[in-house]
Amino acid sequence: MAPATTTALAHAVRLDHVDKTFGRSGDGRPVLEDISLTVAPGEFVCLLGASGCGKSTLLNLVAGLDRPTGGRIDVPGGRPALMFQEHALFPWLTAGRNIELALRLRGVPRPARRTEAERLLDLVRLGGSYGKRVHELSGGMRQRVALARALAQDSRLLLMDEPFAALDAITRDVLHHELTRIWRETELSVLFVTHNVREAVRLGGRVVLLSSRPGRVVREWTVDLPQPRRIEDAAVAELSVEITEELRGEIRRHGKP
Amino acid sequence: MASPDTARHPDLAGLEAGLDALDTVQVRRTPVRQVLLRKVLPPVTAVVLVLAVWKLLVVAGVTEDYKLPDPAAVWDSLRQLWLKGTLFDIIWTSVSRGLLGFAAALALGTPLGLLVARVPFVRAALGPVLSGLQSLPSVAWVPAAVIWLGITDAAMYAVILLGAVPSIANGLVSGIDQVPPLYLRAGRTLGATGARGARLVLLPAALPGYVAGLKQGWAFSWRSLMAAELIASSPDLGLGLGQYLENARTDSDMPGVLLGILLILFVGIAIDLAVFSPLERRVLRTRGLAA
Ligand SMILES: Nc1ncnc2c1ncn2[C@@H]1O[C@H](COP(=O)(O)OP(=O)(O)OP(=O)(O)O)[C@@H](O)[C@H]1O
Ligand SMILES: [Mg+2]
Repeated sequence: MAPATTTALAHAVRLDHVDKTFGRSGDGRPVLEDISLTVAPGEFVCLLGASGCGKSTLLNLVAGLDRPTGGRIDVPGGRPALMFQEHALFPWLTAGRNIELALRLRGVPRPARRTEAERLLDLVRLGGSYGKRVHELSGGMRQRVALARALAQDSRLLLMDEPFAALDAITRDVLHHELTRIWRETELSVLFVTHNVREAVRLGGRVVLLSSRPGRVVREWTVDLPQPRRIEDAAVAELSVEITEELRGEIRRHGKP
Repeated sequence: MASPDTARHPDLAGLEAGLDALDTVQVRRTPVRQVLLRKVLPPVTAVVLVLAVWKLLVVAGVTEDYKLPDPAAVWDSLRQLWLKGTLFDIIWTSVSRGLLGFAAALALGTPLGLLVARVPFVRAALGPVLSGLQSLPSVAWVPAAVIWLGITDAAMYAVILLGAVPSIANGLVSGIDQVPPLYLRAGRTLGATGARGARLVLLPAALPGYVAGLKQGWAFSWRSLMAAELIASSPDLGLGLGQYLENARTDSDMPGVLLGILLILFVGIAIDLAVFSPLERRVLRTRGLAA
């Protein structure tokens, strides 16, 4: 996790004119069209868009789970880590073993895994939960274990697909705080998908708005507020209002014939 | 922690601890008394009731003695077997056949299930046949097995395999089919692909369905074996429970017949309770799928 590797790369991920159309199962209309987007090393970018606009599709493309129909995606740091909206932890393993599985697949030798897993659990403030089963953890704790497992991949790029959408406001607030702290400590690059405008402004250094059907980049904002922010900060609210207005306009456009 | 974060969020650490404490599920072991009361008492009551009704029917004289003997007569048959020292031999002959046959069915059914689940061509070719075979009573195979292999142990094993392999294979197939795609995608993003992905993600995720298949496979093995022993009974073969039952019938020994039925039932239940139910419970419980 040396900063040197961060600065050596020109970008964490770069999308050049990416298109995506689903064949057969889809209706033949493009889901994503001409998306160009660069995330700089150490940058925290929030991708904002209405439901169904193709945010998950975009992350799947970057994660390599699916191929673009056109354009190029360059992820110089190797396979990115991906955190899903559902925790996606394996229920047959304990919290600690879930993290160790990621370490094992990364090639960490067995003796080092246990200590590294416990370090990562400490990082998400779940020290002492190593032996807990997934079903014994609360929703917020599960997402934190999932974050620790994603961090265990030691990827330079972390993709997050609405990871906190199913949590209550207070838990989400706590996790925003943890994520910001970890992001600053590890100097990760984060591409964070959400449809919650305030969450995007609370977390991101940059907010990118996608349109729907087809998904295109409509506009982006640089958030020049110091971290850590709070979701109830006046400045966060002010920018959120502006972005929400734009998002509303985007959605209204679809209502017109 | 005097980082600027916590300085600006003095309440967050406490908030977090409070949330975790509120949300954590408490796992508690049930005390022995409760286990006795809830798990042991009901079946014991049921058995006692059946015996009482049986005894009542005998005392009331609803039918002739050779059709419905006294429970004591059945108990006496059991004592005779015990005193002759053959009781455990008879049980072991059948149980060892059953377990050996089941092990062979496991060794055949597992790779077969994997092939059917993962290779579309094999699935299209064999999938319907496998499901169909499950509803064919394996006793139907006995005549064929006897003609092919004679009245031998080999015929017994053939019938067990034909009964149990489809159950085990089908269990694995449905186990794999029911794996949530999310686990597979999560496995792929972690780098679990190919054979490693199958071993570390796919198979563990499919385990509940597989274990259910094993349980059913054992029931089928035992059933097929008893059918085979009953029909293809010969003095040349070791005396198993099925042959014991058939011999009792030819001797018109009704207490022996009832004892044979009860022993078959008892052994089937005992093995399920000793092996398969604990296995299934363990698999489900670690996943939070059972209390
Ligand atoms: N495998 C697929 N085959 C066909 N169409 C698909 C497939 N996956 C997604 N789509 C379509 O692509 C569009 C975008 O889906 P996607 O899941 O990326 O949206 P999203 O922005 O993540 O939405 P949400 O905010 O609800 O999660 C939808 O209209 C969906 O129907
Ligand atoms: Mg989505």
